[in-house]
Amino acid sequence: MSAHSTQAKEPFLRMVRRDAISSRKSWGIRAAAFLLSLVTGGIVILLLGHNPISVYFSMVKGAWGSQTVIYETIKIAVPLLITAIGISFAFKMKFWNIGGEGQILVGAVAAGAFGLFTAHIFPKLPLVLLMMLAAIVAGGLYGLLPAVCKSKWGTNETLFTLMLNYIALAFIKYLMNGPWKAPGSSYPKIAMLVPGARLTKVLGVHWGWILALVLVVASYIYFNRTKQGYEISVVGESNNTARYAGINVGKVFRRTMFLSGALCGLVGMLQFAGSDYTITEGTAGGVGFTAITVAWLAKMNPFGMLVVSVFIAMLERGSNAIQTQFKIPASAADLLIGIILFFMLGCEFFISYRLIGRGKEEHHA
Amino acid sequence: MLNTLNGLFIAAVLAGTPLLLGALGEILTEKSGNLNLGVEGMMFMGAITSLAGSYYYEQAVISAGGSPNGILSSAIALLTAFLAGAGGALIYSFLTITLRANQNVTGLTLTIFGTGFGNFFGEYIGQKAGGYVAVTETTKKAFSSLHIPVLSDIPVIGPLLFQYNWLVYFAIIAAIVMAWFFNRSRVGLNLRAVGEDPATADAAGINITLYKYMATVIGGGICGIGGMYMSMVTTSGVWVHNCVSGYGWLAVALVIFATWSPARGMLVALIFGGLTIMRMYINIPGLPVQIYDMFPYIATILVLVITSMRQSREHAQPKSCGLNYFREER
Amino acid sequence: MSGAAEYAVKMHHVTKTFGKVTANKDVNLELRKGEILALLGENGSGKTTLMNMLSGIYFPDHGEIYVKGEEVTIRSPKDSFTLGIGMIHQHFKLVDVLTAAENIVLGMEGKATVNRREINKKVRELAEKYGFDLEPSKKIYNMSVSEKQTVEILKVLYKGADILILDEPTAVLTPQETDRLFAVLRNMKKDGKSIIIITHKLNEVLAISDRVAILRKGEYIGVVNTSETDQTQLTEMMVGRPISLEIERPLVERGEKRLQVIDLTCLNGDGVKALDNVSFEAYGGEILGIAGIAGSGQKELCEIIAGLYPSIGGSVLYSGNHEGVPVQERILGLKPDEIVKKGISMAFVPEDRLGMGLVAGMDMTDNVMLRSYKSNKGIFVDRRNPKELAERLVDELEIVTPGVDTPVGRLSGGNVQKVLLGREIACHPSVLIVAYPVRGLDINSSYRIYDLLNEQKKKGVAVIFIGEDLDVLMQLSDRIMVMCGGKVSGIVDPREVTKEDIGLMMIHAGDPKSGSGNEEVTA
Repeated sequence: MSAHSTQAKEPFLRMVRRDAISSRKSWGIRAAAFLLSLVTGGIVILLLGHNPISVYFSMVKGAWGSQTVIYETIKIAVPLLITAIGISFAFKMKFWNIGGEGQILVGAVAAGAFGLFTAHIFPKLPLVLLMMLAAIVAGGLYGLLPAVCKSKWGTNETLFTLMLNYIALAFIKYLMNGPWKAPGSSYPKIAMLVPGARLTKVLGVHWGWILALVLVVASYIYFNRTKQGYEISVVGESNNTARYAGINVGKVFRRTMFLSGALCGLVGMLQFAGSDYTITEGTAGGVGFTAITVAWLAKMNPFGMLVVSVFIAMLERGSNAIQTQFKIPASAADLLIGIILFFMLGCEFFISYRLIGRGKEEHHA
Repeated sequence: MLNTLNGLFIAAVLAGTPLLLGALGEILTEKSGNLNLGVEGMMFMGAITSLAGSYYYEQAVISAGGSPNGILSSAIALLTAFLAGAGGALIYSFLTITLRANQNVTGLTLTIFGTGFGNFFGEYIGQKAGGYVAVTETTKKAFSSLHIPVLSDIPVIGPLLFQYNWLVYFAIIAAIVMAWFFNRSRVGLNLRAVGEDPATADAAGINITLYKYMATVIGGGICGIGGMYMSMVTTSGVWVHNCVSGYGWLAVALVIFATWSPARGMLVALIFGGLTIMRMYINIPGLPVQIYDMFPYIATILVLVITSMRQSREHAQPKSCGLNYFREER
Repeated sequence: MSGAAEYAVKMHHVTKTFGKVTANKDVNLELRKGEILALLGENGSGKTTLMNMLSGIYFPDHGEIYVKGEEVTIRSPKDSFTLGIGMIHQHFKLVDVLTAAENIVLGMEGKATVNRREINKKVRELAEKYGFDLEPSKKIYNMSVSEKQTVEILKVLYKGADILILDEPTAVLTPQETDRLFAVLRNMKKDGKSIIIITHKLNEVLAISDRVAILRKGEYIGVVNTSETDQTQLTEMMVGRPISLEIERPLVERGEKRLQVIDLTCLNGDGVKALDNVSFEAYGGEILGIAGIAGSGQKELCEIIAGLYPSIGGSVLYSGNHEGVPVQERILGLKPDEIVKKGISMAFVPEDRLGMGLVAGMDMTDNVMLRSYKSNKGIFVDRRNPKELAERLVDELEIVTPGVDTPVGRLSGGNVQKVLLGREIACHPSVLIVAYPVRGLDINSSYRIYDLLNEQKKKGVAVIFIGEDLDVLMQLSDRIMVMCGGKVSGIVDPREVTKEDIGLMMIHAGDPKSGSGNEEVTA
């Protein structure tokens, strides 16, 4: 009986939590996962009958190949980055704000209320400031609402914020068809912002990109150096500990969600006044959802978000190029982003855990 | 007036069915403790694969000189939709159950992926087909209203209850079976335990991983069938860009509204279905029709807030929902 | 084979590690058929981990397990049931929203459908056979602790287990309920069942077991026949060296009244009174012990005083000094930050250290500033002073940590508690409330904690000590307030009553015997 070796009876694979892992190794794992995701995407491209390398190359070229496309890529990255920063405010305290879409839309509408109807009253500078302020307040209040219900009754914020997206969308459809319908237009659309009120370009792109970079630094300082940032971290780790420490959890929820919504609302204004010059159902265009994964992949680090959002902007911009060049539909960007994210989500496991095969001895480094 | 109400009822059933299917899939998933926010994505995947399945089946038969069979075509659509939804859910399950990734983010990623998957292949197949994908009349007919002898001919009751397409009855039967499954079957009892308290279920010898995988994957398959309803019934077998457009999210809301009960889900699906199409039947003067689109979402928020205000132990989300379970964690 | 058959379970050279922590190292254990074996060891000695390998929760890294003479592999709880092993966990593994009978049949093989009438009948019959009183259709969330334990035991019996493992079954029971449980266990032994009972209470070991196996820091020390041993020998084996079980109770002149609680009443989540007209006083320079069965209102009491739980009546008066100025305040209903703002220096070490007292994912510096980060001006946090304090605490309290920037969640239980208590003491409190401060700690850490509390007492702090071990309470406290069902059963002088007296007060509120206890007892 005892001749049986123990090893033969072990499960095939076991996992053991790693104590600590060198940052080099963890980045190595992430890089490997990233490459694997590109290979997987490449196989899909191959199955469609194209050469993956030339498709990828054309994507990169389509995003960085000329000054015009670089401007376009940055124009996509800016809203993604600011929204991701906004979302990370909420996510850091484990408040699942998936209402970025809605907050962007109400921000755009609020900016539109001034931009479209008071452009003849105010000169440019006060007008732009008014638009910004309106968008920040509107987005902030839209984010505040679920936070109020959460802090009062514990209402599930994931679904609440989600529903608010569709309410905002329906509201924009209403504006397009009704009160804000452009005069003389045969189909429902909102008028264009007059050129005089549009955001000034700095080095080819509206100044939103400068604002985005400032926000990266500012939010980093806010999270790591301020009392409010500290409170967000404590609330995120444990509501009970926060209460024990004399932190008003409800107040932190409300304050932080206002900021989170405000940043998203600001994105709505930038899209309206700096990029689209009008408001449509596509003003948010999924940015609110994509930004969540940007924030998550960057582990809520603003500098990480900068890198990730530029990368995703490259994929989205690049997919336009492959549509024209290879007739691959531009939705391929979503597909590819999905694949990459799946791999990145999965690889975190291998950073936290070690797999031990049957019969292998454990050894500690 | 009565005609309007009858018409509204029938339209509500038709509009509510995909929501019911999506919600049933999500109820099954959440009962295992997995909050899968990828319903929208899985519905997209089911929508395009079912359409593609039927379409390629028909093309194959036609190019071979035969004529397609409507029943076989719907069976293929059903199977491919289920497999696609289940496949999406399998990715989600592998990431959250085996690799312990965050459920919220993984679900959202599945939605991004599935939306891309649906629209991408919808357009891609359309390009290859020379413009757009559409199934033939045969398959369209298979997905249109049934005529059940005798029953369908009963005045008033007939049109009201017995003249729907087969997916409506499929969804209702699925809801009844699921209600029975949770309340009467041994496996259902075990599954509820897994969702409520996985550590306890584990100690009782229930294979948590298996239960979670099965519930999530089958649930995803049912969501996929909900997506099939969108492409095969709602848009009559033609691929329309973004055809699921928010229905998956509404299904997630429906789960809350129905307080995780498949039986109540049928009623709520009727209400939601009614709200989404009400503008075509009832016109309240002074109220713009686009505002009707907001109703289901506002109603859900109200239910969310009201149910959170009076907390109930049993009519609530399964307790472990959203949290991954690891046995050796210490 | 014939020799092996008299053993129900044999574990050979079993080792289990979690990361760098070795929970069990080369452990041997033998359970004879039809005996009650006590598995004795301090908290954290690896008893539960060892048993979890028998119940299929953990898988050993090395070693062999034999059940009824056969070498076996237990990969899952299911394997464990098949072998006839049933474990009653310390934390009940019951699904709240299901009934007793549903919980009992959970995970069992059988017909595809569940016939509730039939399973209720079967469970009722089984309960009657062993003399349990249980309604099978009652939902778990409506049950008392002792009812839940009954469900747990019936669960394994229903499955036909003949090897039972009970993990600290008496921790949540009153002395009377414990006696009843032991009677049932003796009946089961007569039925031929083999039982392992995990405990660290020596008197229970001597009362119930045939043999005692001892673990210390994850290692197997030995096994002795209960009839041939005594408390001293067992203690030695358990702690490794002969130590005095005496806890110091320094004589300190009782100071002024620091805290007066009058008619405090509150409700729990179900709208039932969790505290019912609780009144007491706490004085500087004394340790007021609070005894009671878990869930008698201790948690609510300290959380109300700390401003974390709502009350529906009564008042709490505080008097102390703030930088030399006397402060007198009614503090009931104030939030924690408002209490601090009023200049009240009250410290609270909660029961849930990592879930309430500390932030597991943050390092020591960030944890140390948890209660004081608001003190500096401006919007930025100051981490310089907290870091110095953290480093000082590491030195003074001998906290074992790789550094002050290691997340406290990675530290061992004793070190976590030192961080928490050290931080609370560092703010020079006038009142110090500690809830179950030594739970899960090894004996040396426990004594270090007792010393720290005594130091505070000597400094004139009013210490309120909520404990579970009556021996410790009776040796450390100057007075003991006994609680039962949210009421004060009495306040007694531990030098004048016996343990049994307190045990009785824990289960009978307003018992005539304790009537005199409400009067003031001077230290």
